[in-house]
Amino acid sequence: MRDGMVSRGLRNFGMARSVIVVFLVYLLAHAFYLGLPMGQLFSSMLVRFGMNGILALAMIPTIQAGMGPNFALPLGIICGLVGGTAVIELNLRGATAFAAAIVVAVVLGAATGWLYALLLNRVKGQEMTVGTYFGFSIVSLMCIFWTLAPFHNKEMIWPYGGTGLRNTITLKGWFDRILDNLWSFRVMGVDIPTGTLLFFALFCLLMWMFLRSKTGVAMTAVGNNPRFARSMGLDVDRYRLIASVVSNALAAVGMLVYAQSFGFLQLYQAPLFMAFFAVASVLIGGASMKRITLSHVLIGNFLFQSVLVVSMPVANVVFSDNMSEILRIIISNGIILYALTRKEADAA
Amino acid sequence: MNFVRKNSVPLFFVALCGTGAYYSGLGASFLLNEIITRLARNSFLVISLIIPVLAGMGLNFGIVLGAMAAQLAYILVVNLEFRGFVGVLSTCVLSIPLSVLFGWLTGILFNKAKGKEMITGIILGFFANGLYQLVCLTFVGWIIPVRLASMLLPDKSGAGPGIGLVNTIDLRSVQYSIDNLWKIRITMPDIRNFCAWMGWDVTIPPSIPITIPVGTFLIIGLLCAGMYFLFRTKLGQDFRAVGQDRTIAEVSGIAVDRVRVAAIVFSTVLAGLGQIVFLQNMGNLQTYGSHVQVGTFAVASLLIGGASVARATVGQALLGTLLFHTLFVVSPQAGKNLMGNVQVGEFFRVFISYAVFCVALALHAWRRIRDRNAGDE
Repeated sequence: MRDGMVSRGLRNFGMARSVIVVFLVYLLAHAFYLGLPMGQLFSSMLVRFGMNGILALAMIPTIQAGMGPNFALPLGIICGLVGGTAVIELNLRGATAFAAAIVVAVVLGAATGWLYALLLNRVKGQEMTVGTYFGFSIVSLMCIFWTLAPFHNKEMIWPYGGTGLRNTITLKGWFDRILDNLWSFRVMGVDIPTGTLLFFALFCLLMWMFLRSKTGVAMTAVGNNPRFARSMGLDVDRYRLIASVVSNALAAVGMLVYAQSFGFLQLYQAPLFMAFFAVASVLIGGASMKRITLSHVLIGNFLFQSVLVVSMPVANVVFSDNMSEILRIIISNGIILYALTRKEADAA
Repeated sequence: MNFVRKNSVPLFFVALCGTGAYYSGLGASFLLNEIITRLARNSFLVISLIIPVLAGMGLNFGIVLGAMAAQLAYILVVNLEFRGFVGVLSTCVLSIPLSVLFGWLTGILFNKAKGKEMITGIILGFFANGLYQLVCLTFVGWIIPVRLASMLLPDKSGAGPGIGLVNTIDLRSVQYSIDNLWKIRITMPDIRNFCAWMGWDVTIPPSIPITIPVGTFLIIGLLCAGMYFLFRTKLGQDFRAVGQDRTIAEVSGIAVDRVRVAAIVFSTVLAGLGQIVFLQNMGNLQTYGSHVQVGTFAVASLLIGGASVARATVGQALLGTLLFHTLFVVSPQAGKNLMGNVQVGEFFRVFISYAVFCVALALHAWRRIRDRNAGDE
């Protein structure tokens, strides 16, 4: 009995995850061998884990509701960016600015998520393809918005000549590292971004409660077997709508958490490929296109972000400068391809 | 009325292109020249999408791999310093085995992801782009030797050639070698003198001669004829049968998986040749950029022509290419004149090329669900 459990446990741990773990251990060993500052590396691993966590968390509702990973993540991300630029335009600073930005982002994210669900409910079975291109088209439509919107704050618009907002807006003096620095402390040369980690933990807790609520259970039932759910009297489209709303609102919040750690708001084409990295990270954690748990998000997010953090300095020393970016593209898209071709028998 | 409903997408884009052309203020002969050039440059690539659509595999975003094969072949040919028509011909010959290999692998992958071919193709394009960068940026000059030092990025110290291919590879040695096979120039009559003589006070830009690369168009015509005959062979009929219903095809003794792989191999090889036609006209190769948008642009063109995920014709491909690239030419100027900003027109065009895909797919999925529901009742 115990034997069976161990081997099943290993099998469940998954090939992709094992490969990434081995790769991460190798990278860490190599970094140590190269004499890179390990304290700094571990600090960045923690920061990256916290800053990308909520974006990865946004994958849970849509996968659970049977809509696949949310490839339209840029939609929510842009709502977060609108929130961020709006509070700077209003000249808010510090925690007030961050809180206000979150409120704007959540409202916009939920509203657009609701509208997006109306489209998705009409394209059942093609959510991933439609989502990808919907995300792309929203990003390019918003490029026009960033160019033409009547923003006046001098720190956001191009100083002279050009029209519209800058490509990159620095958050220094607005809400730069507002969570990272909250209650942060240093252990053995490792800076702990307590605020960001606690904020992520709070959202994990909320998600955990949501999945166990009546709505969450019904949503999972809809995802597992829509026909059965319908025969039970559940309104399939309504739960898909809820999943889309929650996912998009999370993406909007996730973007602001990301931005405060990163220190900049990146507009225009920047959100274009962000969805793929979030999708890849939960898949590395062991999620499939149809099944995901909170632990998949936590493990995957940690492994993926850590590999990126550690591979950058190692690759730059050993190979060329572009190596870590290439690695990021290969790993993230490779894992998505792997998940797409996997038979979904294990999800049942 | 039925005609309007059936052709709503192309008609919408005809209207959009017309409006754009009007507000762009570009001269008719300039516009015509640009459009003819772009039609010759891009049609081949768009036509390469048709076979997988008819084989029921949707829009093959995997043609990016064909474009990569073509570019690798070009890199090799430039490295060997082949010139002119011989250069392009040897590029074609070199690209085909690579395309076949890539297409074969893509086909196998698609067979493992049936029903999800399109999203798999999109992701595969990104993934392959990563591998392509890995080869061109780190292997070339390190593991793979290069004859011409000018093709390599300079070393970090700036002393000599380093590792990785340069961002732009000059293809002037083979430029226009297909286009120049047979070229006609037509000068439109200059109507300015006529207007002045009539006493009309209108400003018309000067007429410039229109160049028609007849050779390239002949090759495209040959491809169209080839497609026509392909679908009258056994293999062509198998493509259609598989596209209509996989199970029935399987039952009637067609090796479905093999036919599907064949469809993708055909598509990838044609895309490779298409990219060769494209690049011999451009005259330079953006090592890390020329292939990236090939899939999106070709797919958007085909959809704008009125094709759907399950139905596409050569005519739709040509019409779509014409409309999409007209939009390409007019939108920056139209954006400038309407919004006071060149970039807005550019962003709008990008938005359209993505959005048209969304709308087309949504319409298709919608129709399929409606058909299925109708079947249930």
